[in-house]
Amino acid sequence: MSEITRLEKHAASVRRGVLSMLATAGSGHTAGSLGLVEVVTAMYGAVLKFNPKNPHDSRRDLFMLSNGHVAPVLYATLAEFGLILKSELRTLRKLGTRLQGHPERTKLAWLETTSGPLGEGIGQAAGMALAIKRDGQALKRFVYVVTGDGELDEGNAWESIMFAADQRLGNLIMIVDRNGIQLSGDTENVMPLENLSEKIASFGWNVQEINGNSFEDILNAVKIAHDITDRPTAIIAHTTAGKGVEEIEGDWHWHGKAPSKEQEAKWLKVL
Amino acid sequence: MAKSTLREIRHGFADGLLEAARADSNVYVLSADLSSSLGFDKIAAELPNQYVEVGVAEQNMICVASGLAHMGKTAFAGSYSMFSPCRNWEQIRTTVCLNRQPVKIISSHSGFSDASDGATHQALEDIALARVLPELVVLSPADYAEARAMAPALAKDRRPTYVRMQRGKFPDIFPDGIEFKIGPARHIRDGKDVVIFTTGSMASTVLDAAEILEKSKISAAVVHFPTIKPLDEKTVREMASKYGRIITVEEHQIAGGFGSAIAETIAEKQLARLCRIGVRDSFGESGSYEELLKKHGLDTKSIVAQIKKFMLE
Repeated sequence: MSEITRLEKHAASVRRGVLSMLATAGSGHTAGSLGLVEVVTAMYGAVLKFNPKNPHDSRRDLFMLSNGHVAPVLYATLAEFGLILKSELRTLRKLGTRLQGHPERTKLAWLETTSGPLGEGIGQAAGMALAIKRDGQALKRFVYVVTGDGELDEGNAWESIMFAADQRLGNLIMIVDRNGIQLSGDTENVMPLENLSEKIASFGWNVQEINGNSFEDILNAVKIAHDITDRPTAIIAHTTAGKGVEEIEGDWHWHGKAPSKEQEAKWLKVL
Repeated sequence: MAKSTLREIRHGFADGLLEAARADSNVYVLSADLSSSLGFDKIAAELPNQYVEVGVAEQNMICVASGLAHMGKTAFAGSYSMFSPCRNWEQIRTTVCLNRQPVKIISSHSGFSDASDGATHQALEDIALARVLPELVVLSPADYAEARAMAPALAKDRRPTYVRMQRGKFPDIFPDGIEFKIGPARHIRDGKDVVIFTTGSMASTVLDAAEILEKSKISAAVVHFPTIKPLDEKTVREMASKYGRIITVEEHQIAGGFGSAIAETIAEKQLARLCRIGVRDSFGESGSYEELLKKHGLDTKSIVAQIKKFMLE
């Protein structure tokens, strides 16, 4: 089996997990979670160095969601690769769960940080990358942070983008989930972001634009990013919100709601 | 009180922090374009690998500090109280407190002490904002020596912490080399009739007020609380039982601040009568530090007058 075929099989399973956990929870963010399945699957299935037996291994790469609302795709991927039990996915958003509605580091050891309020992940990832760099490990350990595109409305994000460039954090890779939607509409209607690529590049970053639902594109972009050591890389990943469920694909109304049990049953057949 | 040497509280903290950073390469110091205001420039020059300049970006400063802390660093993030924690409160809540990271928010120019800059720069709400946050320790040293001792103690403590310091020179109260421990209040003056609780640089003004009250046959004890949270409730209860009357003095709004913390503790047990001295729901303005304290009832004379009135009630 080729690596891509292997990852595609994992992705199909992650996508089913996302749908089921959201339907069971009865609330949550469907569109972004489904759209990021390939990105997060590629991370845990092929890109990240980690020790399945020790979440705090001091040699690990770090991966985090700045857009914490897509937590279901992270939890489902952790389960897919055996880091948590698949049965635990049913506990999403339930009292006492490790799988909080938005990720909380102190609840689950596999999480690198706590996120939800937007625009704060890039700066934290930059702090981690800076610590690694100053400890002389920059070529051995990478820090990956996913940010939503609507999230880039936040000024804090641009403070961090400026900072990471100033510190020349070649070990920092930001993946922008460019699905074109946010809570109240299409990004270009709510607050236009374009030309996003030029904006980020003008801050001093290396920028690549890819199809974020293509494993070939994702793996190739990460490989290129690893070879650029004098500045951070932004991978603008054009994804399809709600990817896999044709009737909701690209529809911003699905940013912040969960499928019903009926929709789950119907859509699982399509997936 | 006999006038002693005048020194900057913030410089005490910076001197202590330099020593802590020399002793431990995992002590990191961040500044949002205010390294000289905080006295961090010596650290920047001597230990550049442990120093991080983030520019005028207090929100990002906290995010970066949280990230550094996640990698094993103890991150001291410096600014003015007005901008940190007042501007970046939510970043502190989410990425430091909820995320339980050892980030130390170190702020100068608190209260009216950025006097001539005016109300925009005078933080009178920061204690309220800070002490409501779970996990966050809230401190306010009274003088150079206490601030100097605080820095190395915080470098060895894992808790998220906010340190509030006034700008300007204040009389030495404690000897150099004094120890600091998070929690215990310090009895700095004995008295028979009433007890005054205070925090931060106001301690020296309150000691002066107690001297003047002595001449009016009011013998006032003074207790300084370098730790506002977690509050030394044992001392509060003991003093309340002993004196029956407590006065709090703070350079902060009376709503939500240090006096409110004391009020919450004693009201639950109805332990004592309380008089809170502080800023009454108003902003500051430009002027000299002394003028502003006087206008808001926080100079020695005004404090004495308010305490005398309270003792007659």
